[in-house]
Amino acid sequence: MPEQALPQQALPQRALPRHALSHLDALESEAVHIFREVAGEFERPVILFSGGKDSIVMLHLALKAFAPAPVPFSLLHVDTGHNFPEVLEYRDHVVAAHGLRLHVASVQDYIDRGVLRERPDGTRNPLQTVPLTEKIQAERFDAVFGGGRRDEEKARAKERVFSLRDEFSQWDPRRQRPELWNLYNGRHAAGEHVRVFPLSNWTELDVWQYIAREGIELPEIYFAHEREVFQRAGMWLTAGEWGGPKDGETIEKRQVRYRTVGDMSCTGAVDSDAVTLDQVIAEIAASRLTERGATRADDKMSEAAMEDRKREGYF
Amino acid sequence: MTSTTVDTLRFATAGSVDDGKSTLVGRLLHDSKSVLTDQLEAVERVSQSRGQDTPDLALLTDGLRAEREQGITIDVAYRYFATARRRFILADTPGHVQYTRNMVTGASTAELAIILVDARNGVVEQTRRHAAIAALLRVPHIVLAVNKMDLVGYEEKEFERIVEDFAGHAAELDLPGFTPIPVSALAGDNVVDRSTRMDWYECPALLRHLESVPVGGDRSGEPARFPVQYVIRHAEIRYYAGQLVSGSLRVGDRVTVHPSGETSAITGIDVLGEDAREAYAPQSLTLRLADQRDVSRGDMITTGADVPSLTRDVRAAVCHLADRPLRVGDRVLVRHTTRTVKAIVKDLAGAAELSANDLGRITLRTAEPLALDDYADSRRTGAFILVDPADGATLTAGMVDLEEAGSHA
Repeated sequence: MPEQALPQQALPQRALPRHALSHLDALESEAVHIFREVAGEFERPVILFSGGKDSIVMLHLALKAFAPAPVPFSLLHVDTGHNFPEVLEYRDHVVAAHGLRLHVASVQDYIDRGVLRERPDGTRNPLQTVPLTEKIQAERFDAVFGGGRRDEEKARAKERVFSLRDEFSQWDPRRQRPELWNLYNGRHAAGEHVRVFPLSNWTELDVWQYIAREGIELPEIYFAHEREVFQRAGMWLTAGEWGGPKDGETIEKRQVRYRTVGDMSCTGAVDSDAVTLDQVIAEIAASRLTERGATRADDKMSEAAMEDRKREGYF
Repeated sequence: MTSTTVDTLRFATAGSVDDGKSTLVGRLLHDSKSVLTDQLEAVERVSQSRGQDTPDLALLTDGLRAEREQGITIDVAYRYFATARRRFILADTPGHVQYTRNMVTGASTAELAIILVDARNGVVEQTRRHAAIAALLRVPHIVLAVNKMDLVGYEEKEFERIVEDFAGHAAELDLPGFTPIPVSALAGDNVVDRSTRMDWYECPALLRHLESVPVGGDRSGEPARFPVQYVIRHAEIRYYAGQLVSGSLRVGDRVTVHPSGETSAITGIDVLGEDAREAYAPQSLTLRLADQRDVSRGDMITTGADVPSLTRDVRAAVCHLADRPLRVGDRVLVRHTTRTVKAIVKDLAGAAELSANDLGRITLRTAEPLALDDYADSRRTGAFILVDPADGATLTAGMVDLEEAGSHA
């Protein structure tokens, strides 16, 4: 049989309806709707802002949602003490440029006070939960925006857009509220709060395509650059005061970029020549590794690492 | 493949326990090459450590510790994948009776539902329940996936028997129609590629069907519905922010604000920072009006003569979701678009109460009027949830039935 006899060849090309929104416009409209719901329903919302691409896109959407007025939320950065300097610089620049208020919850403070103990592996990502949840309680934040996407990880795939947390900030995936249509239920008792994920339906590629379309500025570490790195557990880590390299690990200069921004001790770089947004997008579209699989050591600790951290109050 | 030329299908899966739903979803993701190397390696690692010689594709989707321990799906997981023809958002919902509410969650935004049955068992009680929910929520397209065809010898008559049985139930439920597909998720027959073991089946495989089913993207021709979400005040100007649910708006249009009934005209439209002459659903936007009106969150702005019904007596089909029963006389909150009002449960079609996962009919008396459309006309302005005023729990999903109400012109 000739190939064109197959049924898939016979399908007509579908045309989009005249007024259908493009994929990115639909995602943008949905995210803005979520920001405005929170503004309408909550007293003290805050946006978790790490200086990573997802939180940068969140802030961009929030600016659009309330234009021409300023964003009616403050920002919260959970500072591990092991930050990429370029990212801190970016954070402070953005906060100043938009006249925003920044809260910082510092892991280093907790270690200095003896409340948290440094882990033997030097990784501080899991240590963020306590400073985060205590800051939420202390500032009485009732809605906390996170940049989490459901495509990132299989525990995150289970997350609602509005996710109720108890007074201990805990997530109980078996007792989540059903979430129907776009009727988000944010009711909560005093002391409880709601985590809100406006980028739930975005994929990594959507985020990058949106950044390109909107011309959003990013920290330089997202683009390929020469960097002193060493290899650990199959990832390229940046040398630094946080405890790397150890004996037997050697520093070399490589052309790399980052796919995610997190704690330096567990966020790996990937070999890359992508120096423009278009090149980054082409690289991600062709990648056979997920964002977290490629660059996050903390997610590899166990089969349920993310779920366990989320239950404790992690974002 | 860029984003602008490809549309999105939101779909949901439903099936009873052990029908192989997670395996089907895993197969769909795997065979459409939507699973990346590190995800597959993780599945292989866990499968091996359990002594299985082939990777258990169900592990791709069962993301919670308890799900892996019990081998069942507990909560909805959302998956994202794309082919050259279309993007997909899959709500992978549990089949277990006690988690039916999560199927309702997944189906509420779905344009297509896959109802899975085991070819050996045929249509069972859960199948009928899933079909009833799909009918109630008016999911536009239904696929009946008859799975485990490998265990019934790939026999056409086994498939036909089940399709006929399901068709009988579908007719009773007023389902608009359905597409039956014989599959084996385990062996990969008719999931992504046409099976060579079922020559008698001449229609496309499941993925091809998902790629070609029409999605109703354009609601701009319908009556305009603009629920006000938030009022932005800036430089002494009021901007009414919201997402246009249906229809289109133009500068100069006369508008009516519900429930006050006040009228005004649109003097400005702003689509996310850009000045616009017109806007259409489902854009998020802000409006400016000619007159200083008392407009706030919860109000509904419309244009034209086709306006929603303003009523304090709400009749609807419902699915009760919470563990605590819903009883006649209960005081609840009704959340409809951006509006929340107090209400009393007046009647449950004669029943004394509804238990978790029950489908039924309800009459509510609300403290303030709501601007309602029939759910058959709008899955947004015809939908509501009931909320427990004590602890904020989501109790019930409601679908407005204006015809039942009768008296509202």
